[in-house]
Order: sequence, then structure tokens, then C-alpha cells
Amino acid sequence: MKRIQDFKVAGYTWLNRDSYLIELESEQDLPGIAPGNFAEIKVPGNPGVFLRRPFSIFDVDYDYRVLSIFIKIIGEGTRALGSLNQGQPVSLIYPLGNTFSIPEKGPVLIIAGGSGMAPFLLLGKKLKERSVNATYLLGGRTSEDLHMIETFSDYGQVFASTEDGSAGTQGVVTDHEVLKDKTLPFRMIYTCGPDPMMKAVARLARQRNIPCEASLEHMMACGFGACLCCVTETAEGKNVCVCTEGPVFNVKNLAWQI
Amino acid sequence: MADLNVTIGDLKLKNPVTTASGTFAYGEEFKEFMDPGKLGGIFVKGLTLHNREGNPYPRMAETASGMLNSVGLQNKGVDHFIEEIFPRIKQFNTQIIANVNGSTIEDYIRVAEKLNGLGEMHAIELNISCPNVKEGGMAFGINPRSAREATEAVRKVYNKTLIVKLSPNVTDIAGMARIVEDAGADAVSLVNTFLGMAIDAEIRHPILSTVTGGLSGPCIKPLALRMVYDVYKAVSIPVIGMGGIMNAIDAIEFMLAGATAIQIGTANFTDPSVSLKVIDGITDYCKRHGVENIVELVGGLE
Repeated sequence: MKRIQDFKVAGYTWLNRDSYLIELESEQDLPGIAPGNFAEIKVPGNPGVFLRRPFSIFDVDYDYRVLSIFIKIIGEGTRALGSLNQGQPVSLIYPLGNTFSIPEKGPVLIIAGGSGMAPFLLLGKKLKERSVNATYLLGGRTSEDLHMIETFSDYGQVFASTEDGSAGTQGVVTDHEVLKDKTLPFRMIYTCGPDPMMKAVARLARQRNIPCEASLEHMMACGFGACLCCVTETAEGKNVCVCTEGPVFNVKNLAWQI
Repeated sequence: MADLNVTIGDLKLKNPVTTASGTFAYGEEFKEFMDPGKLGGIFVKGLTLHNREGNPYPRMAETASGMLNSVGLQNKGVDHFIEEIFPRIKQFNTQIIANVNGSTIEDYIRVAEKLNGLGEMHAIELNISCPNVKEGGMAFGINPRSAREATEAVRKVYNKTLIVKLSPNVTDIAGMARIVEDAGADAVSLVNTFLGMAIDAEIRHPILSTVTGGLSGPCIKPLALRMVYDVYKAVSIPVIGMGGIMNAIDAIEFMLAGATAIQIGTANFTDPSVSLKVIDGITDYCKRHGVENIVELVGGLE
């Protein structure tokens, strides 16, 4: 059940110049967190950052009561969250949002662009737990963006592509050879990343008649369905909140022009 | 402990702390964070005659100490509210007040008529100040003649407490308050959001899909406080104050400026339990200042 809870900064792992994992520990037990769930984090001591910031929950350790959040610096809020002191209190509203659906049987394909890999570690763990075979395709602009290849390789085969060719295959994820093999019997494709990438993935999934779920990133004020700011349009022409109806959507239910 | 009861027309609130329309949904969304039954009242999300999907995304932009929104009154219509939502939320031990919107005077009348029959609802808030709809909304509230017409028309069909929500986007808000008082309003609530704009310089584009939107949050508090003060002096009906209230002291300031009750808006997004903290803080303030009855604070500047 969602709640407001105070955490303390336990530490950071910097992944490259502008991306880090922040570890937050709590004195209270953590509620169950599902892959795809997110947290609204209040940036402490920074009145210039008025609203909370929504982030996927990257990892959770129930025994040590620690949440790990992947953050890429894109503005004042994400920068400020990267320079807190150890032990500094941070308020979270979590766990928010829905989760991915998991097929009875694999294999499944996970396609992440840049920071879009944030919801997929928990999904990878869940898939492994359910013995669903998963393949990962991680994309980035340069090798600098591909800091999670080793982490994900514990949960399945990992392919990579970069736009500049500095790691993996050169090009965009949707050009990767793993997608060209029409005999690959994926039962589900999961995707998260920049909008154009997710739409390209969704188009490909439709052509191959494979169900596809996308985790959307929209600007939010509240994160729990009160403000109605973060909407996306459905195939039926309705505006639904990404925070409560999503962030995970089956792409066939979205009004995407693909 | 101080007596926190206040009265707006025939509407009795057990304390002056209510939540503003559009910032508290229907209350149910907050149940995990706080007990809505402790509030003086809940002004629920704006209702229209028919379903509205609102404006396209993006409909929100953060600003310095606040935010702009252009949600555009997304709701499933008044009938859905009466049949599906109200039966559930009337169980909360608090006053539920509907916020009534329309594109035409006829719309306002029809929505108000439907709500007039709702036994357990004792007041409506007539929203003539929404800046985010193309037709109606704020257009009624910035023109003295249409503000009068809308208020008079709804007054004829609604025989319980009628609160009119005023727009700050006028040159003379006190004059507007006098007009709606004269047209039959039992109370006024102010302020709705200030019309504003945000631009993304990197892409040379407005952030909101609608270009402009309504500004709210602590950045508007001094402006709102001045308006509440002016309106309080101009009318003899109760004033409900709002605009950037983040804590109990902000709420007390609005009451000292002349508000009988207050609405908490944007703060609900950053701390969904803030309204209960405001009630506790008001109680504490009364204790510290030897206030026995909260109404002593209304317009209580020295």
C-alpha cells in the first residue's frame, strides 16, 4: 500500500558523469514493491525544486530496508539529489503505479534506451524467479551509457547497441540483429526509453504480432491520481493518468501513431 | 482546546480547513495518507454536465515555488459523480462540496439543479474562474455582467449554500465580489489560479499544450492574501481564502486577512497529509495565543 515515508541517504554509486544510483535506507519495513513501481521523491533543502520527482525503483533490499533509485541528471532536481550528505533525510511517496504483466512462458525481450533500463532490474529478477527466459537489448548514445551490461547479464543474455558504435552494435536498438531474426519466438516485448524509441519498438512488435508493454515517463505533480497532469491518451481517446493507470501500458491501448 | 467550528451560509464546518477543487480529486485518492474525515470539508474536482477529457499533455509546468496547470476540467460528468462517486465519498465524516462548471449559463443551471437534489450535500462552489477551458469558465468570472448572470441563474435553481469562486485575473476583485454577493451568493471563495505561461527556451516552445495555464502554489500567496483582504472589506458574506497555503501559519494569515475558512490546494500534491498538519498547527496557534474560538481570528488584524 502506498505511503509517505522518510528515508536516509545511505550512499551513492556513480555510473558515469551524469548518472548515479542513490541508496536510501529506512528504519521501517518496506512494503512489497513490484517491477515498474515508482517513487515520488522530495528534493530536500531545495525550495527551487517545488514538486516531487518521480523515479522508477531500480532495486530493493527488504532485509536491509534499502531502496536503490537510478537517476540521470537532467535538471536542478536530479542534480541536487546527487549531492546529498550521507544520513540526510529524504521523503518518499511510494510504491506508486502498476506493474508489468508476465507471460506463463518465455522467452521475452526487454529493450531499454539509456535511463530506460531503470525499471528492468526488478523485472529481470521477477522473470528469473518465474523461470521466464529473458533477453536484454540495451541501447545508448555511447558506451558511457551502457553501465549495466554486467548487472543485467545475471538475468539473461544481454545485447547492446550504441549510436556511435563505441560499444555493441552501431545504430539504434530497433536496427539490432536480435530483432531481425524472425524465428525468435518472443512472447512479450517490454520497453522503456525515449518516446521515439518506444514507438519504433511498438511498431516492430505489432508487425511481428508480439504483445508489447511500455513504461512511460511523463511529467507529474502528485504521482497518485489527484492532479490529472501526467495523462496519456488511450486508443479509445480517453486521457488516463500515467501515475495510476500506468506507468506500464500495453501499447495497443495507447493512441500512439505507429 | 479552541472551538474550530465555522459556518459558511448554512454550511457547518467542524474546522476551517478544506481542500481545494482539482487538488484533492474526490478524497479517496488520499485515504492511504490521511483521514479525509478530519477535514472541515472537501471541494471535489470540478464537475461539468458531460464527460470531458481535458486538454492534451503536457498540461503541467513547474515554476519557481509553484506550478502551472492546464488540465481543463477533466471529469466524467455530474451524473457519474452523483451515481458512482458521491455514494462512496459521502461516507467520509466531512462536508463534500461540488465544484460546478459550464460552457454556457444553461450548463451551470443544469449541473446545479442535479446537485440541488443531493440530500447529503449542503453547498456548491460555482466555478466562474477556470482559466483552462476554451468556452465558459473564467470568461464568466472576468466580466461583471456574465458573473452576475451566472450567479443569479444558479441561485434560482439551487436553494442551499451557494459559494462563488472568483478569478484573480481581474482589475477589481472586490467589485466582482460585491456583484456576486448582490446576485445571491452566500459566500465567495478566492483565489482561483493566475493566468500564466512557461516557455522551454531550448526548443523555443511553450511548455503547456494550451500555451497558457493557471499558476498556483506559494508563489501566489502574497497576491492571494491581498485579494482576500480587499474582498473581506468589501462584502458582508463569508470569504473562503486560498492561494499557496503550505502550512498552518499561512492558513492563519488568510484568516487574519478575512477568510472564515481556507482551502489547501497545490500543497496536497507535495505532501498529501499536509491538510491534517494544518489543522494541528491551527490548534497549536490558538493555544499559544489564547484563542478560544477560531472565529476570533477572522479579519483579526490589529
